[in-house]
Amino acid sequence: MNTQTASASVEQVWTWLADVADPEIPVISVVDLGIVRGVAFDGDQCVVTITPTYSGCPAMQVIAESVQEALHAHGVGNVRLVNQLSPAWTTDWMSEAGKAALKGYGIAPPAQQVIDISGLHAGVKRRAAPPLVIACPNCGSTHTQLTSQFGSTPCKALYKCLDCREPFDYFKCH
Amino acid sequence: MNEKIEYLLRQGDNALILSQQLSKLCGKGPALEEDMALTNVALDLLGQTRMWLTYAGELEGRGRDEDKLAYLRDAHEMRNCLIVEQPNGNYADTMVRQFYFDTWHYFLMQGLAKSTDQRIADIAEKSIKEVTYHLRRSGDLIVRLGDGTPDSHAKTQAAVNALWMYSGEVFIYDAVDEAMVAQGVAPASEGLRAAFLEHVGEIFAEATLAMPDPAAWMQQGGKKGRHSEHLGYILAEMQFLQRAYPGAEW
Repeated sequence: MNTQTASASVEQVWTWLADVADPEIPVISVVDLGIVRGVAFDGDQCVVTITPTYSGCPAMQVIAESVQEALHAHGVGNVRLVNQLSPAWTTDWMSEAGKAALKGYGIAPPAQQVIDISGLHAGVKRRAAPPLVIACPNCGSTHTQLTSQFGSTPCKALYKCLDCREPFDYFKCH
Repeated sequence: MNEKIEYLLRQGDNALILSQQLSKLCGKGPALEEDMALTNVALDLLGQTRMWLTYAGELEGRGRDEDKLAYLRDAHEMRNCLIVEQPNGNYADTMVRQFYFDTWHYFLMQGLAKSTDQRIADIAEKSIKEVTYHLRRSGDLIVRLGDGTPDSHAKTQAAVNALWMYSGEVFIYDAVDEAMVAQGVAPASEGLRAAFLEHVGEIFAEATLAMPDPAAWMQQGGKKGRHSEHLGYILAEMQFLQRAYPGAEW
């Protein structure tokens, strides 16, 4: 279909995908978010493996379409998207550049590694996540408080800063 | 009957019906944070539904995808347990139903993550992170409501007692469940039930709520398509568009 397809390298495709923004948090790319798990060529076909952040994340379809569009725009006509569930997406896959971009956008980045599911079996931690020190993305203060475990999208929790008094989103560990 | 298809439909339908019930509270939650939490949980469950029903449809091989399975089956073909179709009631009813479900769901996902069926293990591995958040939240709210005001305590205890008879169906295994255990696909009932009773007991103790009798008689039938009167109304609302305008798309 397109003569350029065969000449595009895997590295080039990664570079192009690094410009595809997350539809809900446009300052971070799908690569920095850790959604793109692999790029490979199967003959002429470019195979991009993506993984959902949350099972019900409504952005996944838009992300898949954005990836297709971006590659088509660069002349890669034959694209196949593979949806991979395992290993399950984790915020550990978010790049440092991505975390910095989130903070600049007013969303506190994940503060620890993967969600601690052992806490359920540890007495008092049964019904509460381990306490986290979350810095306010506006003023930097760590004097902050959880308002709600569930925020404006499945991947975020609501916090408020007790110093500058601003409410803010926190990208939860997962 | 293919036991695995049947088992997948049960998982999908449990998540689907509870998601639909929680969605009804969108914009009507008792507080903004609760409203968002309820719809977040509903969204997670809907995502899990899609993975279960898609797999069920593929194994069945009759061209039924997730949408056809969700929108074009009538009540007697639904395989959800009775607890998820119980009414939202007051907020204690909603949260006790959620807490019973989440506790079982959490331990089930831990078991399914070790399934001999790799795709089931993958879905469980994905789901367990979400379910952990659900269970932490519902347990926390049970303590707040139970150990809250005299009014919230009374309403929560009433919900605990009234919904208890729907909490046990998930542990009553039939031939389908036993076949899944024998194939190493699903975890056995005994271990799940023991973990459920221990967790519920600890949370209720902290919430100053009286634990119902574990040996009490339990309602059942949902897994085999014998439902309460509530399910018909839920499906009527959920399926209306596809029934009235077959094949309609966004």
